[in-house]
Parts: sequence; structure tokens; C-alpha cells
Amino acid sequence: MAKREYQTVESGPKHHGEMLHPVIKKNYGQWKYHERPRPGVLKHVAESGDAIYTVRAGTHRQVTVDIVRFLCDIADKYCEGHLRWTVRNNVEFVTDKEANVEPMIKELEAAGHPVGGTGNSVSSLAHTQGWLHCDIPATDASGVVKSLMDELFHDFTHEEMPNRVRMSTSCCEINCGGQADIAIVVQHTRPPRINHEILKNICEMPSTVARCPVAAIRPTTVNGQPSLMVVEEKCIVCGACFGACPAMEINHPDYSKLAIWVGGKNANARTKPSNMKLVAHGLPNNPPRWPEVAEVVKKILAAYKEGGRDWERVGEWIDRIGWKAFFEQTGLPFDKFMIDNYRHARSSFNQSTHIRF
Amino acid sequence: MAENENTLNPTPNLDQLETGPWPSFITGYKDYFKRTGKTMVRGVLDQLNYSYETKMGYWKGGVVGVHGYGAGIISRYSMIPELFPEAKECHTMRIQPAPGLHYTSKHLREICDIWEKYGSGMISMHGQTGNLQLQGIVQDNVQECFDDLNKLGWDLGGAGATVRTGASCIGPARCEMACYDTLEAHHRVLTYFTDLVHRPQLPYKAKFKFSGCPNDCCNSIQRSDYSVIGTWRDDIQVDEAEVKNYLDDVGVAYFVNNVQMRCPTNAITLNEDQASITIDNSSCVRCMHCINVMTKALSPGKDKGITLLVGGKGHLKVGNMLGSVMVPFMKLETDEDYDAFTDLIDEMIDYWAENGLDHERIGETIERVGMQQFLDAVGLDAIPDMVKQPRDNPFFKADYEAAG
Repeated sequence: MAKREYQTVESGPKHHGEMLHPVIKKNYGQWKYHERPRPGVLKHVAESGDAIYTVRAGTHRQVTVDIVRFLCDIADKYCEGHLRWTVRNNVEFVTDKEANVEPMIKELEAAGHPVGGTGNSVSSLAHTQGWLHCDIPATDASGVVKSLMDELFHDFTHEEMPNRVRMSTSCCEINCGGQADIAIVVQHTRPPRINHEILKNICEMPSTVARCPVAAIRPTTVNGQPSLMVVEEKCIVCGACFGACPAMEINHPDYSKLAIWVGGKNANARTKPSNMKLVAHGLPNNPPRWPEVAEVVKKILAAYKEGGRDWERVGEWIDRIGWKAFFEQTGLPFDKFMIDNYRHARSSFNQSTHIRF
Repeated sequence: MAENENTLNPTPNLDQLETGPWPSFITGYKDYFKRTGKTMVRGVLDQLNYSYETKMGYWKGGVVGVHGYGAGIISRYSMIPELFPEAKECHTMRIQPAPGLHYTSKHLREICDIWEKYGSGMISMHGQTGNLQLQGIVQDNVQECFDDLNKLGWDLGGAGATVRTGASCIGPARCEMACYDTLEAHHRVLTYFTDLVHRPQLPYKAKFKFSGCPNDCCNSIQRSDYSVIGTWRDDIQVDEAEVKNYLDDVGVAYFVNNVQMRCPTNAITLNEDQASITIDNSSCVRCMHCINVMTKALSPGKDKGITLLVGGKGHLKVGNMLGSVMVPFMKLETDEDYDAFTDLIDEMIDYWAENGLDHERIGETIERVGMQQFLDAVGLDAIPDMVKQPRDNPFFKADYEAAG
């Protein structure tokens, strides 16, 4: 390698100061209230009386420089060259000129970027890399999101739910997509298949053993070579070992399934933050459109839309009506695998006579 | 396939993702390929189509980096390069965006130009940790690409056993509810820990996320080891005239059913006049609900700061954990405040680095060694805010000194 002339500057994150719209800079920390004039648009009013309008639009998340440049064109035309992204991969344009809002919406929509995702809508899904670029995926992610958001398009562009709905999808059980009102997560259903031929060459065995949460992995000898084995009775098919040791293949074209979880919530509003709970499993991993997953998601959303009261998130609605009613109203079957049998499972049992008939 | 031939191979599975109203990343990739003829894009599409056909993934990791750093590039090699040689190498550069994911078009265009020059032109806006992910570069181009980005002030984010790229909500830039400067805190804290971002030397990942209020819009409590959430310790600010306006607008029944009754601690009373309210601030748990609903009438208090919750993480390996309260309130405004914050985190990271097992997040370490030992180690006193309730398990052992 040739001698490097340039010395890296460990600059850390870029400072936000140079990124902010001038009206945002002027009123930084001095905002008074906000309104939602229409789905996809926010109006924030500052103590100074200044008002800014935010237009929020859906994106592909997996984009190209051409798509980013198009969004920059919009920012240049309407927002003095400023834009931002949200944690759900939507793009936001801020302008202090109300007259810019409608033409901006028209231009975004004409280019295929739906405007919405605010208030009581179903915003775009947080998602992982999937088959596109992850090294441990059992399914895709951007494709699942594209398929689902096609189905939920109306709910992105309208605010008709009892409260906001946040969704996520994850391409393996590690669940990088995260907790959400409705989370779609891969479910491995078989212990890893071990490739003893390559294991000792590509895996660090002690760290692979240590990775297992239930101590199901043991050293062994196969054909005179050191390798690993899995005690199938103990294995909880989490797939954690595969991340450390690709010779322990957990993914399977038929046996990797999808599960649906509900009631995750990170906000402290009203109720404390909560984790997601299992309500459907064993759904086929069926590209390119995953119709069976969409069907379950739509059932849950329809029941929530019908029965949820104002401001209730999915988990809060279920807390009020009870899990029995949830399964009745969604038509989803409850089975014994939804009863926790892992650590602290007893804390999830009904230790009361609080029962609805 | 000829170099730069602007013809795509058939991708029948992916083509089905080009219908429907939501933006199609497949169409985006195809359009970009047609303009540029970037062969890596075609290779990625071909391999992805094959994944859709066989229902398996075909990327494997490796080691790719830049001079002086041990992290920040996610290496991806195709497991089946003989089938898809154009996607044989397809690494991701994780770039730390500005806090709050704010950009100017000028900055983004500069990144796009550099990325089109050295890389595939494919980008993920953004990864789940908040990185700007430039996807698809070969090892030979990585250093020059990074140098060009670094000259403009962009730096790589974390990967592996490092402090990871931070995330923050929009904060005081546009939100009236922000109780501290999430963007400034993100910038300062991540800059302070820059060495730990770039050089893996920890048991596993360590994430910071900064949310301006308990609505936790950047999902810090579930997704970060160090969850910094804005709060206040004095009274909710009430604009009496706007309360009256709100009651006039929605009516008493809506107010009672959707504000008063949804208060988790019954801290709100509608007064006899049915035009004003009383808030029992000593009962308020700062959940944000009433402030979210009555945005004009109610606001967080004036004595603002943060709550620090530690130990949140996703599944791997013992299951989901939410962060738990370590410091119920501290100010985060002056240089001294920031020093106190980073000193405390330094203590926590040091203890975890010393005592954590391989691949163990700090929440798991705390669970394994016990909160009591952790508090002693980092010099925090036990307080009731740290627990939902005291222990209900009668088997315990106190120190001889405490037991007497």
C-alpha cells in the first residue's frame, strides 16, 4: 500500500448545527405547540410566533444516490436545502412557507413518495437488512416492508387508528427490527444443522459454546476432528450460535417461519413501556409478498381500529379487553406455545381471579 | 456479462415487488443501474432474486477496515461468487449521521457524489442503529472513499464490540416537548467516546440513544444500553386560557374520558367551573399523556433534565430487556453537567469491560452480578426510584454491618 498522505480526523458524529433550517435555528428550544393540519403534515408554532410546516413522506429505505438526489431537489426547491429522516425511514421536509406545502406534497406523490405517517396512522415499518445484505437472515426485510405497506397504504396516508401504530419486521430471531405495536419476527423451528466439515476452520468453539443461552452446545469429536454438537432437547432454536459460527446453519427454506408479536411500546405515555407478546406463529416464509403475514397483520389492525378507544395503543387496547377477547376479535388461535416457558415465565401467568366472561 | 452493459438479468421474483403504491426499492435499484451500469447493483439484484427463489441468504462476513480503525465497515462477501461474481464483494460503510438525522442537500449531494465514485450507489437511510449505511463497496476502494468522506467531516460509526453510533430524536430543533438538548448531548457524548466507537475493546456493543421526553421517540428504552430520556422535576406548566379553550372545543365528556381518566396516577382534577383543572404534581409520573393531548395548554415543567436508564437491549442472548432507572434526574446543560454524565458512564463501562462475559451487554452483566454489586461498583446509592417495588423474596442476606 502506498504511503498515506492524509491523516484521518476522528471527528465523531457530524455536528447538527450546520444542518438545521434557519427558522429551526432561530427558534431552537423555543417551540410552543404543534398541530396536524392534515395527515403527513405537522405545523409547529414557536414562542416567537414563527410557524414551520413539516411534510413527511414514505421512502423505500433501501435507496440509491439518485433517489437521495431527487429528495435533495425537493429540499432545494421548497425548504432552503434542508431535510431529515425519521427513525422509521420516512423523510421530512420543513418549510416556513405554508404556500410550499401543497406543491411539495404533489411533487412527492407524483414521484411515488406517499405523504403520511403522522398522528394516528400506521407509519412505515422499522426493518432490518434481510437477504439483501445481512449475513444471518432467514427472510427478507425490505421486501416484506414493501409488500406490507402496499397493503397498508391507506393507513399510512390517513389518521384513522385509535392511536399511532408502530410496526417492525426482523429477518432473524435476534430481532434487530425491534419491539413495536405489531412486530413480525422470524421464528426458527429446528435446531441448527451442523456442518462438521468446515466448523473447526471457521468457528471459534469456546465463544460459540458461550453464546448459547441454554447451554445446549457441547464440544464433541466427529470423524476424529474436534467439533460441536447440540443437545436438541435443550435447544430453544434462537439461532444465536449461527451468528458466532456460520457452520451451525439455523436458517431453512421450509422450517424458518414467521411469528407475529403485539403490544410492544417504548413511550411512557399513560402506561409504562412494554415488550411485545406472541400472538401468531408458524406462518410460512413466503416471498415475494408474504400474503399469510399480511392477512394476520390486517386482522389485528382491523380489530384494533374497530375496538380501540381514543389514545389506546395496541397493547393498551388489549390490556383493557383482555387477551381472551383479543384472540376472539382477531380470530387468531391461542395455543400452548404462547404460554411462556423461559426465564421468569411465572410472572406472565394470571395470578388472580380477574377473568372476563 | 459485459462491463457496463446496461442490461439487467431476469429477476422474476423481484419484479413482483414493483407493483403496488408503496415506493419499490427494486425499481429504484433498476433505474439506477440503467443510468450507471454499476455491475455490483446488478449482482446484488441477481443474488437477491436467487434468495427469493431458494429462501436462503448468501452473504458472509469477514474483516474489512480502514487505516487505524477496527470497526465501521461491515464486510459482506457472497457465499456463491461463482453464481454472482458481480456481487462477490459488497461491503457496507457505516457513517455517523448528524444527531437527529438532519441534513442539508449540499451535504447529502457531496456524500452521493463520493459514493457514486467509489461505491455501488446503494444506500440505506438509515440502519436500525441510526447509521447512514453506504452499501456496496470493494475493499480496494474503502480507504479512499473513507478519506474523501472524512475530509468533509464524516466519520465511521461503530460495529462489533464497540460503542455504537448514537441516535437522538428531533429534540429542541422542532419539538416543544424536548426537556434537554438531545442533539447536543448526542454530539458531545458520542464525540467523547469516539475512541471506543472506532476500536473494539468491550465485551459487546454499547448503545446510546437520546430522547427529549418520556414519549421516547427514538426508542431508547428498548434499544439502547444507555437510554437518556428528558424529564422535569417541577410542575407541569399550565396555560389557563388554553385549558378553557380546549374544554370549550372538545367538551367535558371528552376531557374526562380521554385526559383525566387516562392519567395513570389520577393526578388531574377537573374543577367545579368545568373550565379549569388542578394538577397534583406530587402524583404526576411525567408520562406525557396530558401534554401530548393538550399541546397548547400544557407543557413540561421548567426545571428540566434527564433520567438515565441502563441495560436496555434486544433479544440476544437472554431475551429482551428494558433499560432500568439508574439516575432519576440530573441536569444536562453545562460543561460540568456533561462531565458528570460521562464520568458516570465511564465508571459503568469500566466495570462492564472488566466483568462482562464475551458477548454480554451491560444489562445482562447487571442481571448476572446483581444490581447491588453494580451500584457499589459505580458508586451509586440505592434509591426507591430504581425499583418497581422492594424485593418480595424473603431469602436475602444483608452485610453484617447493615444487619447489626
